Amino acid sequence: MAEVTKLIHKYLRHEKKFPHVWCPGCGNGIVLGALIRAIDRTGFTKDEIVLVSGIGCSGRLSVYVDFNTLHTTHGRALTFATGVKLANPKLQVIVVMGDGDATAIGGNHFIHAARRNLNLTAIIINNNIYGMTGGQYSPTTPYGAISATSLYGNLEHAFSIAELAVTAGAAWVGRSTVYHATHLDQLMEQAIVKRGFAVVEVISHCHTLYGRKNKLGGPVEMMEWQKQVAVKIEKARTMTPEELEGKITIGVLTDRDLPIYTQELRRVREAARVALGEKSSQ
Amino acid sequence: MAKKTAAAKRVGMEVSIAVSYAVQLARAEAIAAYPITPQTHIVEHLSSLVANGELDAEFVNVESEHSAISTCIGMSAAGARTYTATSSQGLALMNEILYIVSAMRFPIVMTVANRALSAPLSIWNDHSDIMGARDIGWIQVFVENGQEAFDHSVMAFKIAENHEVLLPIIVNLDGFILSHVVEALEMVDQATVDKFLPPYVPLHRLDPRNPVTMGAFALPEIYTEVKMNHQVTLTKSYDHILKVWDEWGKLTGRQYHPVERYRTEDAKILLLIMGSLAEVAEIAVDEMRDQGLPVGLLKLRMWRPFPFKDLRDAVNGAELLIVCDRALSLGGVGGPVMSEVRSALYPMAQKPATLGYIIGLGGRDVNPGNIKDIVARAQQEASQGPQEEFHLYGVRG
Ligand SMILES: Cc1ncc(C[n+]2csc(CCOP(=O)(O)OP(=O)(O)O)c2C)c(N)n1
Ligand code: SF4
Repeated sequence: MAEVTKLIHKYLRHEKKFPHVWCPGCGNGIVLGALIRAIDRTGFTKDEIVLVSGIGCSGRLSVYVDFNTLHTTHGRALTFATGVKLANPKLQVIVVMGDGDATAIGGNHFIHAARRNLNLTAIIINNNIYGMTGGQYSPTTPYGAISATSLYGNLEHAFSIAELAVTAGAAWVGRSTVYHATHLDQLMEQAIVKRGFAVVEVISHCHTLYGRKNKLGGPVEMMEWQKQVAVKIEKARTMTPEELEGKITIGVLTDRDLPIYTQELRRVREAARVALGEKSSQ
Repeated sequence: MAKKTAAAKRVGMEVSIAVSYAVQLARAEAIAAYPITPQTHIVEHLSSLVANGELDAEFVNVESEHSAISTCIGMSAAGARTYTATSSQGLALMNEILYIVSAMRFPIVMTVANRALSAPLSIWNDHSDIMGARDIGWIQVFVENGQEAFDHSVMAFKIAENHEVLLPIIVNLDGFILSHVVEALEMVDQATVDKFLPPYVPLHRLDPRNPVTMGAFALPEIYTEVKMNHQVTLTKSYDHILKVWDEWGKLTGRQYHPVERYRTEDAKILLLIMGSLAEVAEIAVDEMRDQGLPVGLLKLRMWRPFPFKDLRDAVNGAELLIVCDRALSLGGVGGPVMSEVRSALYPMAQKPATLGYIIGLGGRDVNPGNIKDIVARAQQEASQGPQEEFHLYGVRG
């Protein structure tokens, strides 16, 4: 067994939860591998990690791994995670969501989590579609694309998840693709160790539904596409908007030190205590 | 079967697709939904019918069920014939708005493909979703097979939109067991439906030429009266529902009743079931009748308004009534249907002993043998006097 496979196996719930439900070739498996490698590198023990997920093909990820896991409802993973983090800030809370989970039904929670800035890591697997329910259009389905609810082309325009996170105030935002697996490992590691709300948008593929409906080929062709359109952010900054048309920038979009909610809460509480103490001693 | 007047053609079709054709035949004008298994095929098909021009309607796949039903309110308030569909968690997420739809009297039609509620996560069929929405003030009916799903989806619009009614309707159909099976169905043609169901004429709508206020605030002096008005309207909708069902019966030969009876003549023992399991129970009843047991079956079709009189008439003469629920009212009396049925029968001087069995939770299979077993157990229990409030049938210790 290759070293990398051995490493992944150390973290899986072999006896209980396999075989998994994902289609052969689905990008979710690569995300799972990247997440495990990243966690392993950060040195956190299995028991220090809480993996929270929503509902969707992506949401199944938490089921397969041997951490503390919380499989929640569609769209609410970040709110469950907010509770976990506030009640026990020592836990390292990582949230895995699909594009629908994070930006459709849970879109409100996503922007508010970014704004609130708890020390959470959000991983969003963007496969441009609602995978689990059979391929209906999601907030990241491109304009004109075919889906089960847009057989003649999607009329809506897509979110750019990473840019949305930056604008909503996230402390750290990165994006990569499942093709760039090593790069993805690195981004995930940085996101986990970052203090503050950190978002990794993973461009992935659902060849079974999105790929098939839009004649984009199988997993190999779709990953080839990821390779072709990806541009490192450093290079993208030197390119014109016309040159960037149809490209996906990968890398760290933002990294800023912002006050963290739990620290702020402590600060306010201490200040209030001092003020009240002064009043009562007057 | 009654004589029918309409032209009909028999086709093999998935029940979800049949429901979407019913919505098309009803000329729904506005549809908003969010996908959830096992409702997805209905909405997917409608989205295609709208996109390719076969159905002249607006369609939007919004970002959640809460948004879907809220969007439907907007559509209905603007005067459009409005449809949506959901299931399970989706219905639960709509909850806040469901009460508003009915209290503001928007005649929206919704299909609920019944599915268990989380946790634990289950995509399979039971009635826990709709029982959580029992008191939302909508008309609610249950169907047993694909034909009924089709028929009631068309009739729902006519019932809801009547100016004496103006209430939303849920047509409940069992997820997967009905939504995903292919059945032979008798469709009705467009000309017949057009004659049956005239275009929707809203009584009030948002119209710049005639401004109205919708969703106003109610002080304590008026809130109770508004609730009373809703209660009276929902109760009285019964007459109109029956009228529409009769009209459909004449048209198609398929006559529906609030409480359907199956082999109830001289029955001393009655089963009562809602939804598709009634067909399983029919097989069991046939077998028990063959063995000489005086058993019959009641199928509760109309859940809201609750058909008190029909139920009391239907149980008349029976000694034992076994209510099979598909949901569990935790910490209470067990089955929500049993609880309502028992309290509906309470004022009767001569009433059957009523026992509750909860079956088929979260997709657990129920076969005719199970139904026969339940009848045998209930008979024994009735002869000894009830031991427990209810039974969670087949549960492992
Ligand atoms: C309240 C609610 N509405 C709808 C659903 C049905 N549902 C389950 S997963 C899903 C979408 C999945 O898409 P995405 O979040 O992009 O994840 P993917 O499956 O593509 O990984 C939907 C709509 C649900 N579980 N709960
Ligand atoms: S349906 Fe798509 S997202 Fe879901 S497992 Fe298959 S390939 Fe992956």
